[in-house]
Amino acid sequence: MSLVVENLIIDHGAIRAINAVSFSVPTGKLTAVIGANGAGKTTLLRGLSGLKEIKSGKATWNGDSIVGKKAENLARAGIMHVSDGKSVIAELTVKENLALTGLWRKDKKDVAAATEEVVSLFPILGERMSQSGGSLSGGERQMLAIGRALVARPKLLLLDEPSLGLAPLIIDQIFNTIKKFVTTMNLTVVLVEQNAMGALAIADEGVVLNLGRVVAVDSAENLLKDPAVRAAYLGY
Amino acid sequence: MIKLITTILTALTTGAIYALMSTALVLVWRSTRIINFAQAGQAVLSTYVGYEITVRSGSFWVGVLAAMIFGALLGAVIDRFFMRPIFKRIKSGPILMIAPVVATLGLLGIIQSIIGFKWGLTYQSLAAPVSTDGYNLFNRVIAFSPFNLLVVVFATVSMLLLTLLFQKTNIGLALRASAHSPEIARLSGIKVDLTRTLGWALAGAAGGLAGMLYIPSSYLYPNAMDVLLVFGFVAAVIGGLESLFGAVAGAMILGFAISFSTSYISEKLFFPMAFILLIVVLLIKPAGIFSSKKSRRD
Amino acid sequence: MLTLTPSKKRTLFFVAMGWALLLIGDRIGELRQYQGSFVAMYALAIGSIILLTGYSGQLSLGHSALMAVGAYAGALSINNLHLHPVIALVIATFVAGLFGLLLGFGVARLSGPYLAGTTLALAVSLPTLANQFPILGGEQGVVFDVGLPPARFGENFSQYKWFFWISCLAVLVMLWLISNVVSSRYGRTFRAIRDNETAAALSGLNTGRLKVLAFSISSGMAGLAGGLLVMLISGVSPSAFPLSLSFSLLTGAVVTGVYSLKGVMLGGLVLVAIPEIADSLVTRIGGSEGFTATLPGFLVSALLILAVIFAPNGPGKLLHSFKKHG
Repeated sequence: MSLVVENLIIDHGAIRAINAVSFSVPTGKLTAVIGANGAGKTTLLRGLSGLKEIKSGKATWNGDSIVGKKAENLARAGIMHVSDGKSVIAELTVKENLALTGLWRKDKKDVAAATEEVVSLFPILGERMSQSGGSLSGGERQMLAIGRALVARPKLLLLDEPSLGLAPLIIDQIFNTIKKFVTTMNLTVVLVEQNAMGALAIADEGVVLNLGRVVAVDSAENLLKDPAVRAAYLGY
Repeated sequence: MIKLITTILTALTTGAIYALMSTALVLVWRSTRIINFAQAGQAVLSTYVGYEITVRSGSFWVGVLAAMIFGALLGAVIDRFFMRPIFKRIKSGPILMIAPVVATLGLLGIIQSIIGFKWGLTYQSLAAPVSTDGYNLFNRVIAFSPFNLLVVVFATVSMLLLTLLFQKTNIGLALRASAHSPEIARLSGIKVDLTRTLGWALAGAAGGLAGMLYIPSSYLYPNAMDVLLVFGFVAAVIGGLESLFGAVAGAMILGFAISFSTSYISEKLFFPMAFILLIVVLLIKPAGIFSSKKSRRD
Repeated sequence: MLTLTPSKKRTLFFVAMGWALLLIGDRIGELRQYQGSFVAMYALAIGSIILLTGYSGQLSLGHSALMAVGAYAGALSINNLHLHPVIALVIATFVAGLFGLLLGFGVARLSGPYLAGTTLALAVSLPTLANQFPILGGEQGVVFDVGLPPARFGENFSQYKWFFWISCLAVLVMLWLISNVVSSRYGRTFRAIRDNETAAALSGLNTGRLKVLAFSISSGMAGLAGGLLVMLISGVSPSAFPLSLSFSLLTGAVVTGVYSLKGVMLGGLVLVAIPEIADSLVTRIGGSEGFTATLPGFLVSALLILAVIFAPNGPGKLLHSFKKHG
């Protein structure tokens, strides 16, 4: 039971954005993928969620290949991708945004229960239910985007830069919440971050990407101690 | 006084028909970013089917139902087997801008030719289910008949039903999500391919209804709805292309502008008024009156 | 050895084309001369669409109306101002260009469907406006007569040959001018705007002004084509410029390939040939009235769809794109 990626190659136009990348994410663990801007982190996630065509290589979730599957089918299979740029539909209300991932689920009782859990995780969303997604602050949008994914009761959560453009205080809050629901909901998480420090602090494992290649895979603890990683990505 | 009332009632009737066409165009635009010029052909072909069924069953209402169902099916088939394969092949460049226009224009020509092959180019008339003689008002016959009233009522009811569908149902939510952000919708597990086909089907049904409501006051021939397409498009652009409310409001504004200018200034302003109104609106708000977006780029 | 600059090569090409057409004109019959004039006129009109769409990224469904503007301007210059036909055609070009300039200020900042909608409304409304002004002759329109060929060409020089000469010369001169424009700095900036308007604006180009300029030049070309069209049918009336004319031009542009002006003659040829082919098909296989009247439209539409499906970037780009994208 895990996400296994082997020799993955994804092209972005003429650029080979992901070049022979291999790593695996054990079930129930949080893996941080860190790297500088342009390392291929976002492309990697878009490949894993079916938004971007995988050129070659293998990617399996619980033994099933995810290569060539449609994004909507992967989402229904429990792989939820929270894309970057605070992926919230501005024209829909908070309530409607949250409802999107419950539309196709048969167990409507559980959808309601999951929605309530999300609201208790992010109480601010409960207060904003009838407001439009476009009226939310950056932090609230990120919470809504993550909350929407959680309503689907995902098994694998792909988070793309949840800290992007947020104030330090809000970042801490969001990272802490992520840490909290990973343990309580038995989720497997791939967290892509430029904020390497914050990401490694809550992660179990870490993958360092540079120009589309994996340069280091280790426990988050060890990466935080690694002088090379510290110099390159943590800034001290 | 009578002139004013007649002008307003005419505006409502024409506005209602424009509204059905502009709604059809907006439904397709929202789901696929295509201005569907074939809409005129789809609507008129659906009306021919409705006409045949009306003649055979003897009931206009069965004909309306048949036209709407046929329109919906035709729309779905066109999206699934025509539009989607074409746009898989075209990804970038200036052709991307004219390809949808050109493809739907080509389709319009094909559909109208098929009608020509099957039914010929002669004008047919479709009898209205209720009287088309104007009502008597203060002992004068006005240019508003029970059939016109029926048109207004039907258009209003179908708009309300459509609004309910979009705002109050799960399918409506999926349609709106797919329209505003296909990517987020897909990541949420919504089958966007299905919702866009559904958008085409709803548009097809609206076009079929528009045809059945319009043709009894005119004639049925292959190009019968070309003018309606132009006015529906103008109305949709005035309304900002993105919202159903905008489409209806744009159609009403256009209906009133045309009705008042032709009855009070000159009958020849029928076509120019559409252009003048469009230019004025777009000079003030380049993305239409009811568009919230600042940018006009798509 | 003689080395030629690209601009000299272009000029030489156009001179050679002119020479070839001159020779061809002497060797074909009156019907072919007449049809050839139409090919040239359509080629120019298609060129105006390609300049606008392929080179500056704008879309117009209103070029039939712009052709009408040029046509009426030319007719008035001859009928009311008694100017020489050649001057009248120049005036047709400039008046349509000016009209396009004014219109461009209004619409060039619009994009996609908004531009399509506005130009579509223009195409259906402008010809009906002609009915409003008595000087334009209402539904009947006014005559457009370029007169007989000059006597010095001899008695055997027919009216059709005269049409052919005027059309080909006007179109060659215009296309030569335009091909110089598109290979100049302006052409490059047009393409920069087409490919990425934001990037072009960020690198300091006044994209709005350049789009207006492109719209204006394109209108001028359409105006000249309109003048030639009504010369060939010897009169100008609203019904000469239906919306379907705009659509035909789009068809021609797609068949030619919107990226390049090089194939415009092909597009013109196709537009002239299709009704001919349909006619000969009809006479051969016969059929009902509905069938015979519908066949040409069906062929144009089918061709349009086939072109979009199989060669969306034009016949030239079809091969090119195979090489490029594999």
